[in-house]
Amino acid sequence: MAQKIVILALAILTITFGLYFYEQNKKEGLNILTISTTTSLYDTGFLDEVARIFKEKYGIEIHFIAKGTGAAINDAKLGVSDAILVHAKSKEEEFMKEGYGVNRKIFAYNFFVIVGPKDDPAKIRGLSVVDAMKKIAEAGREGKAIWVSRGDLSGTNVKEMYLWEKAGFDYEEIRKESWFRETGAGMGQTLLYASNEKAYTLSDTGTYLRFKKAGKIDLEALVDKGEELINVYSIIVVNPEKGNKNFDLAMRFEKWLVTEGQEVLKDFGKEEFGIPLFYPAAEVLEKKIEPYYSWIVKYGFISGSECPKEYRYRAEDYDIAFW
Amino acid sequence: MISLFGDLDWEVVAEITLRSLKVSGSAAILASVIGIPVGVFLSLYNFTGREFLKSIFNTLLGIPTVVMGLFLYLLLAPKGPFGFLGLLYTEMGISLGQMLLVLPIVVSITATSIEQVGEEIYELALTLGASRAQAIVKVLNEALPGIILSSIAAFNRAVAELGIALMIGGNVFVYGGFANTRVLTTAIQMHVARGEIDIAIVLGLILLSLVFAISWTMNLVKKWL
Repeated sequence: MAQKIVILALAILTITFGLYFYEQNKKEGLNILTISTTTSLYDTGFLDEVARIFKEKYGIEIHFIAKGTGAAINDAKLGVSDAILVHAKSKEEEFMKEGYGVNRKIFAYNFFVIVGPKDDPAKIRGLSVVDAMKKIAEAGREGKAIWVSRGDLSGTNVKEMYLWEKAGFDYEEIRKESWFRETGAGMGQTLLYASNEKAYTLSDTGTYLRFKKAGKIDLEALVDKGEELINVYSIIVVNPEKGNKNFDLAMRFEKWLVTEGQEVLKDFGKEEFGIPLFYPAAEVLEKKIEPYYSWIVKYGFISGSECPKEYRYRAEDYDIAFW
Repeated sequence: MISLFGDLDWEVVAEITLRSLKVSGSAAILASVIGIPVGVFLSLYNFTGREFLKSIFNTLLGIPTVVMGLFLYLLLAPKGPFGFLGLLYTEMGISLGQMLLVLPIVVSITATSIEQVGEEIYELALTLGASRAQAIVKVLNEALPGIILSSIAAFNRAVAELGIALMIGGNVFVYGGFANTRVLTTAIQMHVARGEIDIAIVLGLILLSLVFAISWTMNLVKKWL
């Protein structure tokens, strides 16, 4: 019996380590690019498509780590990622100011939506964003409406804070009021919660459309127009002077994203949802297509540029221009 | 478009199922290789601080996987103390993390089961003139069901946990990729976040079947021994 145990143990160990060495060998000379990304971009499946194309066409494995903007930035600071895909201008500026991020390029935009129950107790349907936020707060204080916030420092949450300030409320104050609830969760879970509670919330278009189409939520897009709702996605490459290993690969990916990648982006999700989940931004910036150009400048530019001069790093080597 | 988005791609499902088995299986095996001797030592040798050590392992039994994941993330990040190992977002990293997570399970269950059946046998064997090594083999034989149980329990906890797999593994998936890290639990979490509950349910059933199959196989092995 003792012999049997030894035989068994040896067999198991041999198989396990054999498998590992085999795998390790396969990975020799592998090109891996690690990119931390906001969940709204990842959960649509768009980045799965990008990773597939890169693997097939260029033999490069892009590892997208879905984390939300705040956590993606933290990943980059810890030296984990080579680039980040994010959508919160104020956080991005901070990240570049601290010397971690360089060569920011805006590659896509879409719009946030304020969603709520069909009967719309705060009567916000079709209003401007600011008026809608005011009405919701009013109805909330009267006990007629509930607002659900993600409260997770994601790009969506940062946008929401901006909208409350814009409507004349102090976010830190109203978040303490009883009609104001925080989920601390991702967009999907927050939508499910809002649907259950017949509440209002701010959502990115992609997640809202997917959950709506799958019949998982009973919410309607009540306010979806207005420049304030624009959602600008950008890529920031990690500064090689801060210990980044894959600057070259990251820059080549950035270049792809604002050229060929725009075609992939343009068609993504159109068939399934009737409208595209993202709009390519490169052409809008190049040809100054209005009104989107002005909106991107207003909500996505930092000191008048997508990437101010002091945050650029050897971009000309990769033939990348900044607007 | 080849995609998991909206429908089930069985090749992908097979890949992540095999990875779950491999990653958590090696975690359980490594934990057993290290943990069983430690459990034997803790239960058969008297030394100062033994009770203290045992209670530490018992406490670690309940360590939340997210806390473990957070610790390991900070340790293994490139700028962390163990960043040079390059284990973050790798299969090996998940295995190692899960190994640390389930080690206390192996140690505690092994120690407890030896204490339940073994201490008297150990003493008896010694008085009957057996060497220490012979006496330990005798005890191990008696406690074998408990020791095997410790390995099964270790595997079950490893394969079912999410915190470490997500924070250390990162749920990486590239079609045809060689360095993927998506496992069943992180895939389930992702599909729930994407609102694809049906796929999540299928993966959940596969995970349950895997746990069942391993437990069953181990029962057969127990009989063979």
